Amino acid sequence: MLELIVISTLNGVLFGMLLFLLSSGLTVIFSMMGVLNFAHASFYMLGAFFGYQLTRWIGFWPALVLAPLLVGAVGMAVERYGLRNTHKHGHVAELLLTFGLAFAIEEIVSMIWGKSPMDYRIPAALDFPAFTVFSTNYPAYKIFMLAVSVTIFVALLVVLKKTRVGLIVQAALTHPSMVGHLGHNVGRVFMLVFGVGSALAGLAGVIAGPSLVTQSDMAAALGPILFVVIVFGGLGSLPGAFIASLLIGLIQTFAVALNGSLESAFGPLDPGLGPSVLTDVWNVTIAQIAPILPYVLLVLILIVRPMGLLGTRET
Amino acid sequence: MSDAAAPTVLKEESGALRFYGIWLAAAVALIVLPLVFSSGGSLTSFSLIGIAIIFALSYNILLGQTGLLSFGHAVHYGLGGFLAVHVMNAVANYNWPIPLPFIPLVGGVGGLAFAILIGWVMTKRAGTVFAMISLGIGELVASSSLILRSVFGGEAGITTDRTALPHMFGWSFGPQLQVYYLIAFWVMVSAIAMYALTRTPLGRICNAVRDNPERVQFIGYDPHVVRYIAYGFAGFFAGIAGGLTAINFEIANSAYLGATQSGFVLFAAFIGGAAYFFGPILGAILVTYLQLGLTNVTTVSLLYFGIIFIGIVMFAPGGIAGILMMHRPLIRARSLGMVIPSYLVAAVPTLVLALGVILSIETVARYTASEGEGNIINLLGIPFNATAPTTPVVAAVLVVGGFLVARITWRRVAEAWDRATTVARDRGYLA
Amino acid sequence: MTAAIEVRAVEKHFGNVSIIRDLNLNVAQGERHAIIGPNGAGKSTTFNLISGHIKPSSGEIRLNGNVISGLRPFEINRRGLSRSFQVTNVFARMTVWENVRCAVLWATGHRYAFWKNVDHLPEVKQRTAEILEDIHLSHRRDVPAGLLTYAEQRELEIGITIASGANVVMLDEPTAGMSHAETERAVALIRRLTEGRTLVIVEHDMSVVFGLADRISVLVYGHIIASGTPKEIRGNPKVREAYLGEEAH
Repeated sequence: MLELIVISTLNGVLFGMLLFLLSSGLTVIFSMMGVLNFAHASFYMLGAFFGYQLTRWIGFWPALVLAPLLVGAVGMAVERYGLRNTHKHGHVAELLLTFGLAFAIEEIVSMIWGKSPMDYRIPAALDFPAFTVFSTNYPAYKIFMLAVSVTIFVALLVVLKKTRVGLIVQAALTHPSMVGHLGHNVGRVFMLVFGVGSALAGLAGVIAGPSLVTQSDMAAALGPILFVVIVFGGLGSLPGAFIASLLIGLIQTFAVALNGSLESAFGPLDPGLGPSVLTDVWNVTIAQIAPILPYVLLVLILIVRPMGLLGTRET
Repeated sequence: MSDAAAPTVLKEESGALRFYGIWLAAAVALIVLPLVFSSGGSLTSFSLIGIAIIFALSYNILLGQTGLLSFGHAVHYGLGGFLAVHVMNAVANYNWPIPLPFIPLVGGVGGLAFAILIGWVMTKRAGTVFAMISLGIGELVASSSLILRSVFGGEAGITTDRTALPHMFGWSFGPQLQVYYLIAFWVMVSAIAMYALTRTPLGRICNAVRDNPERVQFIGYDPHVVRYIAYGFAGFFAGIAGGLTAINFEIANSAYLGATQSGFVLFAAFIGGAAYFFGPILGAILVTYLQLGLTNVTTVSLLYFGIIFIGIVMFAPGGIAGILMMHRPLIRARSLGMVIPSYLVAAVPTLVLALGVILSIETVARYTASEGEGNIINLLGIPFNATAPTTPVVAAVLVVGGFLVARITWRRVAEAWDRATTVARDRGYLA
Repeated sequence: MTAAIEVRAVEKHFGNVSIIRDLNLNVAQGERHAIIGPNGAGKSTTFNLISGHIKPSSGEIRLNGNVISGLRPFEINRRGLSRSFQVTNVFARMTVWENVRCAVLWATGHRYAFWKNVDHLPEVKQRTAEILEDIHLSHRRDVPAGLLTYAEQRELEIGITIASGANVVMLDEPTAGMSHAETERAVALIRRLTEGRTLVIVEHDMSVVFGLADRISVLVYGHIIASGTPKEIRGNPKVREAYLGEEAH
């Protein structure tokens, strides 16, 4: 039991950091530009697939550097030629553009690579157990993932708090229109922010690909959870996104690991009752409902505190 | 009445005549359509389009009229379908006196019930947040449906037999033709009802909430209540569409509730044009036809959907209806002829560009396909081999060449438009 | 007689910053009351506090003797207070006619009705036509509001504000950005439309203020430093100092 808790905590924190890597970019882009980038999870997926393909051609470590740069370039192009032109039609149009983009990217990926999972392998250098917790070997690769996530997180913090660009981004998080009024080349800043945000998502994809599944539906699976994270944490709040990411990461990991159900706790229902909603609910395991737990959280936060945990902005 | 009022009355009367005339013509078209195109395939298409029209119109109550962008509208559609199947099975099992034509109403009730349940919380926020919430709720319901197997039948869904219900007018509704007329009936009724809704005080205030929710408070309305009621209506009509689908396919499964279905109705309403009542009707027809037609000629039909959607968002966010209505002042001012030639000129490079894009996509799609049939792309009757090195070169030439020339010609179109609108303005047909 | 608007010891803080400090204001029934003050004094905030857009941190606001502080804007509007906005806030995609008609619907009792045809409500039609006549926009009734000239939009804004029949009307810089001629027209319009009603108006144009107001309050740094008739205000040394920077030794 203790082993389960320790392993799940490690995995949960890891998943949470991954979610934060993604949701931080999404939050900054949303706060600065008012655009909710539906295609953010798609950039994550592109990172994974580029990483996979580049690993096959030139090896994992060069791919680790190159793939996020490629995704960042794609992101900048999207901003420059797509979003900038749609901006004049309003936020709904921008949102729909990114929605269409997410759709198109998924189709392109499955067209090129097919719909089955890719054999994206952990690099040999990292394919060993890092340490043993009770009776389970904890893979070094996961520690590597954790290390990368934490490094990025710290780097983000440093950039935001200590550099000029960071200052502008911070200001834009709460007062986007003022940033323009202050004379900064808003267009270039936007392109940069969008590019960096996308590159971060791509990086998350490159490192998560070997460990989680690399498949053409990975964006569609992760996308809605990202939205839950930022609504739960509060729009425009990076600390909120951090807390929400960890929380949801831990909850989902624990839920998948636990295999309890009402049946296992209280015994089976009278078999004479026949199929009904009650028997369904009674027999469902926590692991089976793990995928929907984030959405339950979403509904809860909307009822209890619609602006999110640490939300400061309305829209 | 003074003389000055008489021309206005005359205009109102002729306007009313034209208005009722259009609805009458639509009804006649619906009745006559299957007699002209009577093949089985056509009947199926018409049935699907009819359902899509109701679904898309219901979606536009949210998007076009109240300014609510939803990514989870299929939930009401699907739940309506499921309620319909359950009631149909119950009618057959317990001999209730409910003939089939009333079942879509049951679907509507299903959609409405869920909308009433979650609508208050959902409509607390508008704009982007509402969109995200709708996505989350959609996923929640779709995933839950796989867990609650007793209600939703798991992956296989729940089947039913539409001929097992009490007959009406002696019809068993086994043949597709009878099902088509049932759908056509509900299309008329729903469309009339939804149009009437736009002419009510509530309908006008919905538009006001769409344009300026803050201001609406200062004319005495609570935007939250307005959105909630609109949400209820949208759910109701979506449920009717879901009920008709359940009747048509005699099954309801979790795909009805899913993100694909929600995306479909969003596409239809937006591509058709959310700002006009008839926009979603056009969009529903187009998207259904595309869906039916494209799947036969290409493996990546959804990609084309995505590209078309992106194109519309970027270049014509008013949709097809928006583009058509844009020309109305020109038609009235009779200056339309000034833009037609430039359209014809611009059509050529644009077509070339489109062909190049199609060739590129199909090349990539069929590159790994099996040797022989799968590898050949038939573009305007010219066969291209996806694996041949010349094909990508041709595609690149078409795309680049087409793009460069198209840019020039579309600039000419813009200039022609400038001239035409100036004329229209001079003749008093533009504000 | 109960005051139309009574603001008592209202404070508003945003974090550590006090925007409004100990605000006290009294507007009598049927009075035309102007609020003036330098930029950033908090005039719009005051309007937002009274109309319910933001909640006071402390203190009380009463409308016709009833407490309204803490209520939501539409609740306050239904109790008889209506306001216009500094930045034109009409329904841009609807025609002028429909803009005014929407403003009339609640007051004529039609509320959320979805069973009536809005084109067949005679009293709504009549009232809308009257208001359009009053604001001289009948000839533009079918133009989408977003396409009107700036001055026309401001006039439409005023029309929407009084259309609901509210007894207390608050106008936030109604003549901002207008030319001299347009301002004169607007002032005449305001004077006519607010006959018998209570008017609170924020203005920068002193000729409008002194020509229209029965009483004037001066707001400086979130606090009313003087309140009285135009003559009293003109002669008040504190006001002169606040506006013109003269040291009153």
